[in-house]
Amino acid sequence: MPVDDHTLAQVAMSRAEYERLLAMLDREPTEVELGMVGALWSEHCGYKHTRPLFHHFPTSGPRVLTEVGAENAGAIDLGDGWCAVFKMESHNHPSAIEPYEGAATGVGGILRDIFAMGMRPVALLDSLRFGPLDDAHNRHLFAGVVAGIGGYGNCIGVPTVGGEVQMDAAYSGNPLVNAMCVGVGRVEHLLSAAARGPGNLLVLVGADTGRDGIHGATFASVELDEDSAERRPAVQVGNPFMEKLLMEACVELAEHHGDWIEGLQDLGAAGLTSSAVESANRAGTGIDIDVARVPRRELHMTPYEVMLSESQERMLVIPKREHLEDVLALFRRWELHADVIGVVTDDRMATIRDGDEVVARIPIAVLSDPPQYDLEPARPAGLDARLSVDLTAFPDLAPEAATAALRDLLGSENLASRRWIFRQYDHQVQTNTVVAPGGDAAVIWLKGTDRGVAVASDCNGRLVGLDPRVGAQIAVAEAARNVVAVGGTPVAITDCLNFGNPERPEVAYELEQSILGLADACAALGTPVVSGNASLYNETPTGAVLPTPTVGMLGIVDEVRRALTIAPKDGDTLVLVGAEVPQSADTLAGSEYLARAHRTVAGRPHIDLDREARVQNFVREAHARWLLSAAHDCADGGLAVTVAESCIAAGLGLEPPEDGPPALGPRLDAALFGEAQSRFVVAVTEHQDLEGLRRLAGEYDVPLAVIGVATGDRFRLGPLDAPIETLRDASEGGLGRILAGSAADPDVARRA
Amino acid sequence: MRAAVLVFPGTWSDGDCVYALSCVGIESRRVWHRDATPFDADELVVLPGGFSYGDYLRCGAIARFSPVMDSVRRHAEAGGLVIGICNGFQILCEAGLLPGVLMRNDSLQFRCQPTHLVAAEHQSPFTRGIARNRVLEVPISHGEGNYFADEATLDALEAAGRVAFRYCDHAGNVTPEANPNGSLRNIAGVLSEGRNVLGMMPHPERTCDPLLGGEDGNAIWLSILSAVPLGGIMGA
Repeated sequence: MPVDDHTLAQVAMSRAEYERLLAMLDREPTEVELGMVGALWSEHCGYKHTRPLFHHFPTSGPRVLTEVGAENAGAIDLGDGWCAVFKMESHNHPSAIEPYEGAATGVGGILRDIFAMGMRPVALLDSLRFGPLDDAHNRHLFAGVVAGIGGYGNCIGVPTVGGEVQMDAAYSGNPLVNAMCVGVGRVEHLLSAAARGPGNLLVLVGADTGRDGIHGATFASVELDEDSAERRPAVQVGNPFMEKLLMEACVELAEHHGDWIEGLQDLGAAGLTSSAVESANRAGTGIDIDVARVPRRELHMTPYEVMLSESQERMLVIPKREHLEDVLALFRRWELHADVIGVVTDDRMATIRDGDEVVARIPIAVLSDPPQYDLEPARPAGLDARLSVDLTAFPDLAPEAATAALRDLLGSENLASRRWIFRQYDHQVQTNTVVAPGGDAAVIWLKGTDRGVAVASDCNGRLVGLDPRVGAQIAVAEAARNVVAVGGTPVAITDCLNFGNPERPEVAYELEQSILGLADACAALGTPVVSGNASLYNETPTGAVLPTPTVGMLGIVDEVRRALTIAPKDGDTLVLVGAEVPQSADTLAGSEYLARAHRTVAGRPHIDLDREARVQNFVREAHARWLLSAAHDCADGGLAVTVAESCIAAGLGLEPPEDGPPALGPRLDAALFGEAQSRFVVAVTEHQDLEGLRRLAGEYDVPLAVIGVATGDRFRLGPLDAPIETLRDASEGGLGRILAGSAADPDVARRA
Repeated sequence: MRAAVLVFPGTWSDGDCVYALSCVGIESRRVWHRDATPFDADELVVLPGGFSYGDYLRCGAIARFSPVMDSVRRHAEAGGLVIGICNGFQILCEAGLLPGVLMRNDSLQFRCQPTHLVAAEHQSPFTRGIARNRVLEVPISHGEGNYFADEATLDALEAAGRVAFRYCDHAGNVTPEANPNGSLRNIAGVLSEGRNVLGMMPHPERTCDPLLGGEDGNAIWLSILSAVPLGGIMGA
């Protein structure tokens, strides 16, 4: 039966790919086979444009316990037999169509990746991108995504402790929703997702299978267009209650009965197809599944629909034959369905039956061998023009306008306090949250030890858009800086590559350069890439999203009781670390100030990775020597916004230091709001600590500049002068005001 | 004394409660909701927070039919101590062990934030040990914590000293601004007629260690401990 273009479009397969399949099979595929191949060869599952680039990533290190791609998430040795697993994944396309369920199931999906490895999820983070919030549709997406993340995470009882949000016109209509999860547990409880041992049975646990999400993986691998809303059936619906039961059952299985099973695998994109095929591929085995045994929640589902359904909250368990009954009983006790749907075979084939009829029989090797495409990158037109814009040509900020500019930035959609968001998320459940959202990184206590895990996500898409390689380097560097700022040691990253259509040369350029940039910075900072995800085809009819290689960084805090926050104590001296205060106009490149004051995103982002490593090592050493009382990454919004955030967090003003205010240099805008990299603002309590810091800075060749003393209720820095309460109101009320589309924050108004 | 921490499908504060109780030296056992065996007379029964049955239908509305709730009812009727936190409070209201109902927050949003509480009476085992005018900082984490009862019920509760906690500001003033969810009369927790059953929306188990943002929540457990030797639970 020749296959028509419509059928191929449904499975997002090109004619050439179909011809490749014919050559591999030496026959026409059945309908079910074609659906399975389409899903597994999609970009979402098959990484056909990105895998050829992954060899650039440094992936090993003394603390890395897993091979990249070998399991669902990367695992890190935390010492004393503890380990952490973490991963970030996108759920962009579903969130664009149905923001609440799209975001909620994004959270659900990443949670399953973690507890599939036998680890207990202890933290969630969300990296979000939207179009500007002055647009009603963007506000709708924003509110829906935030509600969906909260709706799932709050219900399941895993704290949402961090993430970031950035708005830019390039994300209008194509929001990015990247969910990250961290799990911890004992190394000996790590589970594998391999279908080992021919003769062992395949057990499907959790939700019944419906028609939701069919073609989700392929939907994620095409551009969004006017008809995308018609794809709503491809968006899944979440049931966090079911997932809570699954999570508890799976963690119990791992912690107490790991010897009962061979493998545990979640069902995510491409549902049963990818779950079963991937676990067989890992083990070098085959699978034989009878779809008639899969419990359904809808009538008359075809084998094709059962194999490709992306119904949520399902897991595939491969018990050892002798423990089948034990495993089934454990899930029953958690009031979950568990049904035997198939068997592990030794023939390396995926055999799918519907009762007596075989509807697919295809080599695992074919399913697991998606085509690989070399990118054909070309430097985007106009990039060089944007890079070489002369920023000195913009008039400097007038001193009398500086305070208003600070207020404007603090209340802007990209810099305002994220409290409006995170107060809707339970960030404390499990009672391990030592450093809560609102600072640089969150710190999660590893109860029973003195240790903690620091987690942060980062990526400034504007900088990546200007210079993909440097911007990606900066994303890694800033995420590492966030971890250092809370007293942690950066250990490893997960990445989530959000790009447009890689078949377009300029997107290919962004993708390739970004991967190289991530690799550069990971090598320089000693943080290997242990897991990742790619989301391509993030395009609407108006164009691609900003290239956004989101970085999720994990760090270790050796003494969790010494974790730092951004808030100084009364009387602390605030010190800029890593640079002098005066800065050149070049540091305005891609800055929020330039975007707001001059409606311009231009300039040449810059980072020196050796210097970055040196500054980070200096701050870590200063903390190890008990010199610091607080620390804050100095990046978005520049020095003035960073210092103001620290003062707002402490409820303190800022007074000039005894020996006079710092000189701001020839460019006021660059000194206050320039976004030079590799900088921190730290707080020092005792005079002798400041002396110690200076000596240490000499050893590390790191510049320092005293900015002021955190005290009182007025914020004074150079020409900046405002009551700290007005700055707090600007920052904490900013997002609420923008979302309400009015000047008054309804929440502030109600309480006033 | 010992505690029995109940686990319904969807409960997520059970581990937090076990840990917080251990911080003040109270040993606990977890009890699965299908287990209807009786509690010891001196056992503190804890209904923790969470989303029992996903909060589908209505918060606590399904959990109240769990077999273990018969044991809870008998324990309460016999004068045994029962505390319901957050979802546990909702379950106790649905089960008729406490008056009133928890409605959607007036913000129509979930809220996880610090709140300040004052004990509105000092005659119960849960509040006896809390100094008058002491302000406790204890966080909330809920979407449906807006306490509602009709005016006559509220008057009767107040007259009988059965309002356990009210939301206040950091100085202890009970103000509309300090009310995080729209609860009538700033009510954060109520007692049963016999004062041996407490339901409260804030999470005392979350403030059990300075590392986690304070230890004000321990005041409630310590009050219970101090109440026990004074006359036993039955006489409390």
